[in-house]
Amino acid sequence: MTLLAVRNLSVTYPTRTGLIEAVRGISFDLGRERLGIVGESGSGKSQTGRAVMGLTPKPGIVRADAMTFSGVDLLNAGPADWRTLRGSRMAMILQDPKFSLNPVMTIGRQITETLRQHEKVTKKEARQRALAMLEAVQIRDPERLFGLYPHEVSGGMGQRAMIAMMLVCGPELLIADEPTSALDVTVQLEVLGILDRLVRDTGMGLIFISHDLRLVSSFCDRVIVMYAGRIVEELATADLSHARHPYTRGLLDCTPKIGEDRHPLPVLERRKEWAA
Amino acid sequence: MTIEIAIDGLSVTFREFRALKAVSIAVEKGESFGLVGESGSGKSTLLRAITGLAPSSGGSITVAGETLSGSRRSHAFRRAVQMVFQDPYASLHPRQTVDRQLVEPLAIHGIGDAETRILRALDEVGLGPSFRFRYPHQLSGGQRQRVAIARALIVEPEILLLDEPTSALDASVQAEVLNLLEEVRARRGLTYLMVSHDLGVVTHMCSRLAVMREGEVVEMLSAADLAAGRTVSDYTARLMVASKGFSREAAG
Ligand SMILES: Nc1ncnc2c1ncn2[C@@H]1O[C@H](COP(=O)(O)OP(=O)(O)OP(=O)(O)O)[C@@H](O)[C@H]1O
Ligand SMILES: Nc1ncnc2c1ncn2[C@@H]1O[C@H](COP(=O)(O)OP(=O)(O)OP(=O)(O)O)[C@@H](O)[C@H]1O
Ligand SMILES: [Mg+2]
Ligand SMILES: [Mg+2]
Repeated sequence: MTLLAVRNLSVTYPTRTGLIEAVRGISFDLGRERLGIVGESGSGKSQTGRAVMGLTPKPGIVRADAMTFSGVDLLNAGPADWRTLRGSRMAMILQDPKFSLNPVMTIGRQITETLRQHEKVTKKEARQRALAMLEAVQIRDPERLFGLYPHEVSGGMGQRAMIAMMLVCGPELLIADEPTSALDVTVQLEVLGILDRLVRDTGMGLIFISHDLRLVSSFCDRVIVMYAGRIVEELATADLSHARHPYTRGLLDCTPKIGEDRHPLPVLERRKEWAA
Repeated sequence: MTIEIAIDGLSVTFREFRALKAVSIAVEKGESFGLVGESGSGKSTLLRAITGLAPSSGGSITVAGETLSGSRRSHAFRRAVQMVFQDPYASLHPRQTVDRQLVEPLAIHGIGDAETRILRALDEVGLGPSFRFRYPHQLSGGQRQRVAIARALIVEPEILLLDEPTSALDASVQAEVLNLLEEVRARRGLTYLMVSHDLGVVTHMCSRLAVMREGEVVEMLSAADLAAGRTVSDYTARLMVASKGFSREAAG
């Protein structure tokens, strides 16, 4: 069953020096599954996620032939529609969590307020659910984190606070933009376990944006590979070793691995026609 | 061998919370030393304490023979020691173009030839001249991280404190940036203190590393020992297992 359908999406930014084409006509469907998006730095992964969530900043222009989320036409959604959709039915873990959190509000208050905006719960109940969520993402001392401001938390704690805030309402669609890039590997696995169970048990649809191809291949069902604003390849993760595009194939080779000694690391010979 | 960075019994406390509990490490001149460990264990705090951005409440920090006190750092220190922050937004001024952010350190330290240096610095991190007049919010996460690296390298420092410098980069750009960092270090004899949760990256870049947990160093070992699984603490062993990746069976 299709949860999200995107047809011919483009995102452009007019600037004084010309038009920046961040996303150039991409199409994909998402069911109740884990879809990975990998791609070069600057290839349009985050901009794709933001466009789906209606979070494209000014003066960005979003165009698409169609963009629907469980029957709702996102292209013509008004502010009231977005208020009921965003946060409760669809949520996005942003790439720069500490920057995206409100700097003058404690972490605890941000999570409980998100929850109370979307559900009728008492203050006490909201607090308990928020604390439980923080514990689930392996925060050592949730009570302490509750009272801290964003600038007082570590990179990985901020990332997990954001994850907790987005999961606490139980969205049907979650876009996670590099959600584990600041986490040590043991915590990373716990967080992936949580996301995995949400897809399996509640049928959540997950778009998992990551630069870590190995992680994506072990965690996701399918993967989209982006380059210069376009999808250059789409694969079942089981078939990753059969990737055809030279960018994807190159990626597999240039990651440093424990116990290997390759100095310098192999790099990609980028070709103009890849960006055509 | 001379010790370039000596941290001895360093403690950092925020209100009642003890973020670092008497941590000691010594980094040799020209060495690349890694810090790995649990999220929240104090890795960034350690780097910030060196630059005077985190309040030390005990112990000492000696850099290039000079014992530092308080949060004041000399002009010479601020050129010789550059830090790439974990959160690139923290290193970059939100209302200044990339160009301004690169010009400024050059001007402050009286380094000429700005035009050539800026273009070269951007090129080295894989950003063409079209990025020069963008603002931070007009960049992708990885592009911002690369500007922060360019900004640290442009003043030709002697010591680089790198906090997850490639965590937002795809493998192809990461390889280029790691090669650049290695090449610069070899050419100019720089000393690196580098935080990363990616054990592949740390063992590639560093000869020795410290493993941290709850404000303490739980193990100090060579990259070769880590790669061979010759670890002492339980925590390091668990990190090694987890670094093998996600498995649906193990996650349950
Ligand atoms: N507000 C903006 N104005 C102009 N250009 C922008 C803006 N935001 C992003 N871009 C550009 O759009 C392109 C796509 O950006 P996006 O953030 O989607 O990349 P990404 O694939 O997420 O990269 P990364 O892996 O580095 O985070 C980039 O080249 C970026 O410079
Ligand atoms: N200004 C501050 N006020 C209060 N607590 C702080 C402050 N700065 C850091 N801390 C606390 O110190 C601890 C260590 O933080 P630090 O950022 O050094 O961790 P880290 O090892 O870098 O973690 P990560 O891998 O998640 O980035 C955290 O518990 C954090 O909340
Ligand atoms: Mg991004
Ligand atoms: Mg940190």
